[in-house]
Amino acid sequence: MTDQILRSRPIERAAAGSKASRHGEWVIHVVLAVAAVVMVAPFVWQLITIFKSNREASQMPPTLLPEDPTTGAFATFFGSVPFWAQLTVSVSALVLRVIGQLAVSALAGYAFARLRFPGRRLLFGLFIAMLMVPSQLFLIGQFEIIRDFGMLDTIPALAIPGMFSAFGIFLMRQAFLSIPAGFEEAARLDGAGPLRTFWYIMLPMARPTMAALAVLTSLYSWNDLLWPLIVTPRGDKRPITVGLAGLQGQFGTDYPTLMAGALVASLPLIVIFLVLQRQFFSGVASSGLKG
Amino acid sequence: MTTDVASPPTRQRNRSRGGGLLPSPGWGYLMIAPALIGLVALYVWPFLTTFGKSFMDVPAFGPGTFTGVDNYTELLGDETFWQALRNSALYTAILLLGVPVAIVLAALIEQVSRGRAVYRVLFFLPVVTLPVAVSMVWRFIYNGDFGLLNYVLSLLGVPGQYWVADATFTIYAVGVVGIWMSLGINLIILGAGLQSIPRDLYEASSLDGAGRVRQFFRITLPLLSPSVFLVTVLTVISALQMFDLIFVMLRSVNNTALADSKTIVYLFYEKAFVEFDQGYGAAIAIVLLMVIMAATLVQFRLQRRWVFYD
Repeated sequence: MTDQILRSRPIERAAAGSKASRHGEWVIHVVLAVAAVVMVAPFVWQLITIFKSNREASQMPPTLLPEDPTTGAFATFFGSVPFWAQLTVSVSALVLRVIGQLAVSALAGYAFARLRFPGRRLLFGLFIAMLMVPSQLFLIGQFEIIRDFGMLDTIPALAIPGMFSAFGIFLMRQAFLSIPAGFEEAARLDGAGPLRTFWYIMLPMARPTMAALAVLTSLYSWNDLLWPLIVTPRGDKRPITVGLAGLQGQFGTDYPTLMAGALVASLPLIVIFLVLQRQFFSGVASSGLKG
Repeated sequence: MTTDVASPPTRQRNRSRGGGLLPSPGWGYLMIAPALIGLVALYVWPFLTTFGKSFMDVPAFGPGTFTGVDNYTELLGDETFWQALRNSALYTAILLLGVPVAIVLAALIEQVSRGRAVYRVLFFLPVVTLPVAVSMVWRFIYNGDFGLLNYVLSLLGVPGQYWVADATFTIYAVGVVGIWMSLGINLIILGAGLQSIPRDLYEASSLDGAGRVRQFFRITLPLLSPSVFLVTVLTVISALQMFDLIFVMLRSVNNTALADSKTIVYLFYEKAFVEFDQGYGAAIAIVLLMVIMAATLVQFRLQRRWVFYD
C-alpha cells in the first residue's frame, strides 16, 4: 500500500478523472500550493532571519530580506555551543539505539512469528499490552535503573530504553508472518537450523520493514527531549535536543543565533529524510508515529 | 508493507495458528530473551514502580513511606493539576480540528496527477525537523514585540498579541504549531487509506452524474472513515502527552504565562524530575494513563456510529 502511495498511478487516474476533473486540476494545485506555502513559511522565515543581525531581526516592522547579510549567527552559535560534542552524542545514541532496536525486534519478532514454544501467546500479549501505556509511566523506574547502574550521563543511558519497543517487535513479527512459508521449509529441508534460516533466509526478506523501523527509530532518537533531559543531569553527554533547548536560556532573544542553531541541529535528519523518503513514509504509514 | 501490518494474508494467519510452526522452544526462548529481559526490566518493572510510588510519599533521597491514596486526594484538590488537565484537553481539542484539514488536503493530493511527491515532502518537513528547533522558530514568529505573526496581523488591521507570553493565548498558539507539526503524518496515514478505495466506485458514480463534492461525501468520506478513526485516536493519545512545545516555547525566566499553561506531562516532569516529588509525579502519571485509556475507550465506543467498515 505504501509503495502505491509513492508511485503515481497515471492509468487509474486517467480512468478516474473525468474531463471535468482534468480541467479543474489547476484549482486544486492552487489550494495545495497555498497550503504548502503556509507549511514552509516558518522555515523560510528562519532561513532569512539567520542572515540578519540581531538588531535587524528584532525590529518592527521586520525587513523582508536581510539588509546587510551576515553569517555572524553561525559564528556565534559554533563559538559558544559544544555543537560537535553534542552531535557526537546524538549520533552515537542514535546508532546504538537503532542497532539494538533492530537486533532485539528482529529476533523476538521472528520467534513470535515462526517458532512454537510454550507461553508464546501470553508473552506476546504482555508485549502488546506495553504498547498501550504512555511512555511517561516508565520514566521514573527507568531513571532509577539507569542511576542505580551508575549510567547517568552516558551514551548507553540515552539509547538503551529505546532499544526495547513492543512496537518494533510487533512490526517485525508482522513482516515475518507475511513471508511465505515455502522459503523456510526449503531451508529446513536443506538442514539449516532456526538461526541459519533466520539469518540467511528470513532476515534479508524482511529488509524493507527493517529499513522502515530503523528510520522511525532514528527519528524518535534524534528528536527525543524528555528522556535525555532526565538522564543527563551533569551536563556533558547531552544530545543536540537538550543542547538546543539550553541555547535559548543562553541567548534569550538573539534570534539569528537561535535560528542558526535550530537549522544546524535539524539538518542531519532532514537530509536523511530527503534521501530515504520512501522508508520514512512507509514507517509512518505503518505506525502512526505518535508519542 | 502497510497492508501486511494491517492484515496479514489469511493464508499465513492460518499457518500461525496451526501446527506449521517450527516446534523449537529452545530457540524460541533464546531469541525472545533480549526483548523479554529489556521489556521486563525497563517497562514492566518501571510501570509497577510508578504504580507503587503513586501510593507513597517519596523524598528526594531515601526510601518512601506508604501513604495510601494521599497523593490522589491531594491531586484532586490541586488547582494546578486541574489547570493542566484543562490545558491538555484544550490542546487535544485544537489538534482534532486539524484532522478535517488533513482529510481535505489528503483528498486533494490524491486528485492531482503531477507534483504529489513534492507536496508530500513539503508537508512532511515539520515532522522530520527537531521539535525543539521548530518550537524555537515558532516562538520567534509568535514574539509579541517583533514577531512575524503580529506584523502580518497588523497589515490586516488586527491588533497583535503576546501569543506565548499571555496565558489567554498560549494553548491556542501551541495548538496551531501542533497541527502544523502533525499534518504530514496524518496525510500519510490518510493517503494510504485513500489509495485503498476502489477506483471503480468513482467511475460508477460519475456515470450516474455525481459531482466531485458529492463523491467526496458519499464515497471518499465513508470509505476513509477507518483511517480517519485511526488518525483521531492517535492524535488524541499523542496530544494528551504533549511536552516539548511547552518546554521550549514557554519556558523562560520571566514568562509568567507558563504557570497557567502547563500540560499534564509538563506538570509530571516538573514534579517528578525537577522537584523530585516522585510519589506525586507518579500519581499524575497514573492519572494520565487513566485519562488516555478513557479517551481511547470512548472513541472506540463512538466509532460504531460513524466508522464504516465494509
